[in-house]
Amino acid sequence: MLLEVANLVVRYPLPGGLFFRSRRFVEPVKGVSFRIRAGRTVGLVGESGSGKTTIGKAVVRLIAPHSGEIRYRQERIDGLSGARLHPYRKRVQMIFQDPHNSLNPRLSIARILGEPLEIHFPALRAQERRSRAADLLRRVGLPSDSLDRFPHEFSGGQRQRIGIARALAVEPELIVCDEPVSALDVSIQAQIVNLLQDLQQELGLAYLFISHDLAVVEHMSDEVLVLNEGRIVEAAPPEELYRNPKNEYTRKLLAAVPSL
Amino acid sequence: MSSLPAKSSGLWRQVISRPQGALALGLLAFLYLCALFAPFLAPYGPSDQDLQRTYHPPTALTWTREGLSVRLYKNSDPTQALYQPIPGKTAVVRWLPLGHPYRLFGLFPCRRHLFGVESKQKIYLLGSDSTGRDVFSRLLYGAQVSLSIGLIGISISLGVGLIAGGLAGYFGGWFDSLVMRTTELLMAIPGLYLLLALRGAFASQFSSGEVYLLIVIILSFLGWSGAARVIRGLALSLRAQTFVDAAIVTGLSPWRILWRHLLPNLASYLLVASALSIPGYILGEAALSFLGIGIQEPAASWGLMLAQAQEMKVFMCNFWWLLTPGAAVFLTVAAFNLLGDTLRDVIDPHFRTGNR
Ligand SMILES: Nc1ncnc2c1ncn2[C@@H]1O[C@H](COP(=O)(O)OP(=O)(O)OP(=O)(O)O)[C@@H](O)[C@H]1O
Ligand SMILES: [Mg+2]
Repeated sequence: MLLEVANLVVRYPLPGGLFFRSRRFVEPVKGVSFRIRAGRTVGLVGESGSGKTTIGKAVVRLIAPHSGEIRYRQERIDGLSGARLHPYRKRVQMIFQDPHNSLNPRLSIARILGEPLEIHFPALRAQERRSRAADLLRRVGLPSDSLDRFPHEFSGGQRQRIGIARALAVEPELIVCDEPVSALDVSIQAQIVNLLQDLQQELGLAYLFISHDLAVVEHMSDEVLVLNEGRIVEAAPPEELYRNPKNEYTRKLLAAVPSL
Repeated sequence: MSSLPAKSSGLWRQVISRPQGALALGLLAFLYLCALFAPFLAPYGPSDQDLQRTYHPPTALTWTREGLSVRLYKNSDPTQALYQPIPGKTAVVRWLPLGHPYRLFGLFPCRRHLFGVESKQKIYLLGSDSTGRDVFSRLLYGAQVSLSIGLIGISISLGVGLIAGGLAGYFGGWFDSLVMRTTELLMAIPGLYLLLALRGAFASQFSSGEVYLLIVIILSFLGWSGAARVIRGLALSLRAQTFVDAAIVTGLSPWRILWRHLLPNLASYLLVASALSIPGYILGEAALSFLGIGIQEPAASWGLMLAQAQEMKVFMCNFWWLLTPGAAVFLTVAAFNLLGDTLRDVIDPHFRTGNR
């Protein structure tokens, strides 16, 4: 088992208090458990605000869980911080929802892709980093002469490809894909989804694939988790979910999917 | 964010391509060059007195057989400073003559000046003051103080503001609260009173170098809070951008994120803020010196020169040339504001004024 999440609870403190944090909070994730096997895809669906991104962020340890356990290859990672997370950072990466915000506008593509290489492959020389960055671009279907260009020179779909290349740079085992296509045109959505599937075949990646669109998730996933208000209300393989939805909320979600 | 020019060379090209930007940059370049080469450009030292020629009007320049010359004047009434040109008597302007020794840039010993006249006579391009010192020379030496105080002051206050505000915005928590409450405290006290109180807290028997330092420190102490608040806000909003999350997931240390991801995105703000706040320092120094608690005699600064122009006699007898430091302050402040506005127009399209 690659990743095991058990009873995950995440809280955000609410603003307030003159000097100290207030004790009021919101709890977008209220005890969530799931597992991801190596090389497999787990889909996570739910409406906007149901806590999908929050779960993703907790898994990549952008935020610390309030309680619960996260194990990666049997090892607890929910309590780690700072440098002790470093080995984990090399194995678990994230692709973000909004391709316009996820690339620093001031850095060239070479710098953006060079950064993870610099950190996780410190032995590489500058020239080697550059050629690796060019390889990564080629792998996600961008011309390698894009290296010296800046993010604003690319379209949304191309930026999402750069984001994928950055995640691939550290040679991870698991990638959290937070609605990687929902900000894109339908025609480009299919291209990105296909790219992610090709990469999975080629590199044996595992995905936690987050989406509010059941159709996309169904296409990708080995198992689908349905999230409602911070709780998983149903977990099943996609065919079964379609055939025989057990939960009221799942039925509502399914009814909202336009039939093709 | 996406509208920021990616490279800074492009930024300056855009500034120069606008008439007001080119004007402001040109003017500032001229003023700073004057300050840098002040000892060379000035025919006299800042404290060279000539008690025979007090309140001398600007000497007229004429063209004679010998070349460019200055007219000579006779003081018809020493009590009233009534100078009359002596018809037909002139002194030729010498180029690159030897004069009083100085160190160029504080380093190279040198005696050459750009121009001068024979030592018995005087050339007063902008007249002389109550002890016969050359206003033109003092204006140049004063520029060294007045123009550098802004640069040094802004470096200190923006530096402190950047560190305090940047860390407060990025890390939040108790440090954020501490910084914000401190800035609020500082901002609640009217600046001028705080300025006077701080200055008053220190004894006045300082050398001019120490006073200069003290003024810079006081002004920066007052100035950092505004910058810190804005930078904190920017850091907060940058912190919320996903590329910072991406950098964290990549495994960058917080310092590296601050340095590589936040600072470059703050650079354009810092540039605009510097240009727009430097006038505050120049005016602050002028105000302190004008009130007699800034730069002390015999050193020169624009504020000090203006303070000396307050005498009744100056107004009664219309010694207008003693007010030229005021014009210099005005020009400098206007140029910095113009530059700041232009930079902001180039950097931030939301604030763009008028047609481009
Ligand atoms: N930093 C934060 N501070 C406080 N509350 C937050 C924070 N981030 C998210 N929330 C709240 O947590 C809840 C879940 O947010 P989350 O971003 O996980 O939803 P989501 O399922 O990803 O939605 P979407 O489909 O719109 O992306 C929301 O109600 C949101 O308001
Ligand atoms: Mg989300």
